[in-house]
Amino acid sequence: MAEQRSLRAWGDPLFRGLTRTFAVGILLLLGTMFFMLWQESAASIDKFGWHFLTSASWNPVLEDYGALVAITGTLVSTAIALVVAVPISLGIALFLAEIAPKALRTPLGVAIELLAAIPSIVYGMWGLFVLAPLMSDYVQPLLSSTLGFLPFFSGPEMGIGMLTAGLVLALMIVPFIASVTRDVFLMVPTTLKESAYGLGCTTWEVVKDIMIPYGRKGIFGAVFLGLGRALGETMAITFVIGNAHRLSWSLFAPGNSIASTLANEFTEADSELYTSALIELGLLLFVITFVIIGLAQWWMRRMAAPGGH
Amino acid sequence: MVTPSLLAGRRARNRLVIGLSVMAAGLGLVMLVWILGDVALRGLSAINWDFFTKLPAPPGEEGGGLANAIVGTLILTAVAALVAIPFGVMAGTYLAEFGNSRLGTAVRFVSDLLVSAPSIVVGMFVYLILVAPTGNFSGWAGATALAIIMVPVVTRTTEEMLRLIPSEMREAALALGAPYWKMVASVLYRAAATGMMTGIMLAVARVSGETAPLLFTTLNSPYWMEGMNEPVANLTVTLFNYAMSPYDDWQTMAWGAAFLITASILIMTITSRLLLMKRTKS
Repeated sequence: MAEQRSLRAWGDPLFRGLTRTFAVGILLLLGTMFFMLWQESAASIDKFGWHFLTSASWNPVLEDYGALVAITGTLVSTAIALVVAVPISLGIALFLAEIAPKALRTPLGVAIELLAAIPSIVYGMWGLFVLAPLMSDYVQPLLSSTLGFLPFFSGPEMGIGMLTAGLVLALMIVPFIASVTRDVFLMVPTTLKESAYGLGCTTWEVVKDIMIPYGRKGIFGAVFLGLGRALGETMAITFVIGNAHRLSWSLFAPGNSIASTLANEFTEADSELYTSALIELGLLLFVITFVIIGLAQWWMRRMAAPGGH
Repeated sequence: MVTPSLLAGRRARNRLVIGLSVMAAGLGLVMLVWILGDVALRGLSAINWDFFTKLPAPPGEEGGGLANAIVGTLILTAVAALVAIPFGVMAGTYLAEFGNSRLGTAVRFVSDLLVSAPSIVVGMFVYLILVAPTGNFSGWAGATALAIIMVPVVTRTTEEMLRLIPSEMREAALALGAPYWKMVASVLYRAAATGMMTGIMLAVARVSGETAPLLFTTLNSPYWMEGMNEPVANLTVTLFNYAMSPYDDWQTMAWGAAFLITASILIMTITSRLLLMKRTKS
């Protein structure tokens, strides 16, 4: 009996304390990650300072490192991915939520979610062996003959490079943005839509004037989450970006992103400063991603709050 | 007054948008079939009995398989899951049951951040804490990196699934005199079991296809694994090395690996989806 009572007295606080320990563990995990990356990039931070962000040099022989090429590559490939992926994702979401016959909605929705489950390395490999040859044989010649007067669409037609990397990324984030946006569209109250249809609106007018304004913040949130994914994606990009530390106006030219630089060089870095510079790149990626995701979370939460839409 | 031409214009615009939307959905479907088709066609040609039973052949030699990498990936994923599931379930329980506090909000926010953490940076972090101090790449390091990726996913799903359970159930158990921990263990976990399993399966599926966190931690190996303190052969890094190699038969092997990984992940994803659908129906 006494044992029973003591278990009763101790059981719940113990249980609560235990679960709390693990919850706090998650906070510690992020804290430790940040601290370790910061500490280990100290050598590079001390040596290059803010100059690290603006220098395009990446020279292991002279031990001179700058992040500009990698940052540019990350931003450009992500930008291409978003420009391609956002309209397509919205189209798919609209189809799944409003246009498709009821019987098709679930199977098609599952199909799109399956695309999201394919591991990124498979996308990268497919990009290298299937998409890159198509790019060099058809897409790049076509682009350079029609838009070649722009510096972005001229240059070596090798198939691999910034444009191909951006397209593979787009392919990866479409299913993600599309399924979140579909869920946002499905949250629009039926009465609102029906009132608009009742007034004689066309489907497009309901979408444009009711669904998009209603779900605006949710859609932004979905795009931001897709953006966060694209920024940190490694394997899909490493195969096709070309891995060259060079800045070029041409989107056909090979480049490098932060993640692909890390994947290719981290295990080969042979000096302390080299390793430290790579870790600083990792820290930058960490910070950029968290700022973007943090903004997206804050945004989504504001939408979820009462009166937030 | 609505003039006929205005109406025609509105209708035309509507048709245009619907057409574009149908095209976008069609494109998505075509890409799915195209990618899966390529992976299946090219991958199946590499898959045979040897693929599952033999060690990789040295470059230039015919035959060989990826048996060591298959075993390695299974072990790394299993170890990661064994660590991450209890961790995530406990943290998720805290968020659902005691998490309406400032700490709860912070943990929720941080786990959402961690879900999106670039996996290559997670690998780098594990390199710094486990590989650099000891000086050798190991299976433990790789499993740790995978576990770090799994924990926030399991945490958030557990929370979501526990929150779906009506509070009447909690009150009923507590009213019968059950202590809180017992109520959670024998009522909540049981009621939320399907949903939690689904979330865990999705998390396992996700990490089993991860490559970046293993690059700096577990590395890869052409041999059978000799223990968790040594580099461990695994499918994804093997795929990466083989696909980037200049040898044709290695590239074929890489497609085989891609097929095996993709097929297992899709099967896990579909199974968990069916489980969830069955639950919502009943």
